[in-house]
Amino acid sequence: MGVIGKLVTLVRGSARELGESIIDANGVHIYEQEIHDAKVAIAEAKIELTGVMAKEMQSARAIEAARGEIARLENLALEALDKEKESLAEEVAAQVAEQEADLERETQLHAEYAVQASRLKELIKASEAKIREHERAVQMAKTAESVYKATQSVSESIGASGSKLVGARESLERIKKRHEDLSDRMVAADALDRELGTRALEEKLAEAGIGATAERKEKVMARLRARRAEASAPSEEVLA
Amino acid sequence: MEHLQERLNGLEDLIAARLSGTSVSFQPIPGAIPVIQVVIGGREELPIFVTASHAQILCICYLWADAEVQPERRVELMEVLLELNPAIPLSSFGRVDGRYMLFGALSANSRAEDIASDIVALSENALEALEALADYLI
Repeated sequence: MGVIGKLVTLVRGSARELGESIIDANGVHIYEQEIHDAKVAIAEAKIELTGVMAKEMQSARAIEAARGEIARLENLALEALDKEKESLAEEVAAQVAEQEADLERETQLHAEYAVQASRLKELIKASEAKIREHERAVQMAKTAESVYKATQSVSESIGASGSKLVGARESLERIKKRHEDLSDRMVAADALDRELGTRALEEKLAEAGIGATAERKEKVMARLRARRAEASAPSEEVLA
Repeated sequence: MEHLQERLNGLEDLIAARLSGTSVSFQPIPGAIPVIQVVIGGREELPIFVTASHAQILCICYLWADAEVQPERRVELMEVLLELNPAIPLSSFGRVDGRYMLFGALSANSRAEDIASDIVALSENALEALEALADYLI
């Protein structure tokens, strides 16, 4: 059973066990020992593989040499036959036969080395897969434990700080309320900005002699002059 | 503890930058394993807890407790959460020891930028999820 399977069993039992006993329950130390053993096995297999591959190469060279020798001896035997030296040819043929026996032995050895090499490569691959699998199991067990312990720390921290654990609905209401306050304040600030902006503009306009405020003084003066003119006009008439 | 805090160095600024300058504070909390509490201004009720193991960095936002779920709508809620999981970017629902959570899991080799993005997404997802799923709560 994989680690997830074991986790499922623990979760169905009690959540507390998930954090507290996962390491013991799954014998992480056993996994770690197996990871160590697999790494040693890989190192040994690699050394052995190097030796086997070297022998494989040596036997390939021996095969090549035996084949060359057989071809050379056969040519010599043919030459002897051409020159009708029957007994000489037979002597050479005996050597060819010996070489052929050597070649057969070497070919068989070569095949055996090849099998050994591929078996070692498979072993290394399988050990590496085992390491990956175990490392994943250890990591998963440790992660499950760490998540549980983190949850525990958080609960304890909330308890220790004296702050009461607030319900989700209340939390949401508080955040929304704060958000509304903020957006209300932003609307208000916006309105204030606009108002101040208008006033500033009006002041600028007044300075430039544009708008109602700017003309007010002139209007008052004009009105006063008009009244003065009205008041003085009849007296002038009298004088005249 | 130092290691996790080191990893999270400068993260406040990265998160704040992603939230248009909202205040962000980091606070280690005591316990058996290193856990850092991340509080984002305006969302103080939904802090995010960051913890790390060899395999991953985990950012958790606790949503509600088992006891807060309307008993008759419990199964329905579970199914909704399962269906939602693949659709929510970067965050997934979970439950540990009777507490529902939204969490983001990152590779232990993640860059600070990736952790910041995950925390921001988690905070926003958590707030939205709480709002969307409040009907299932007491």
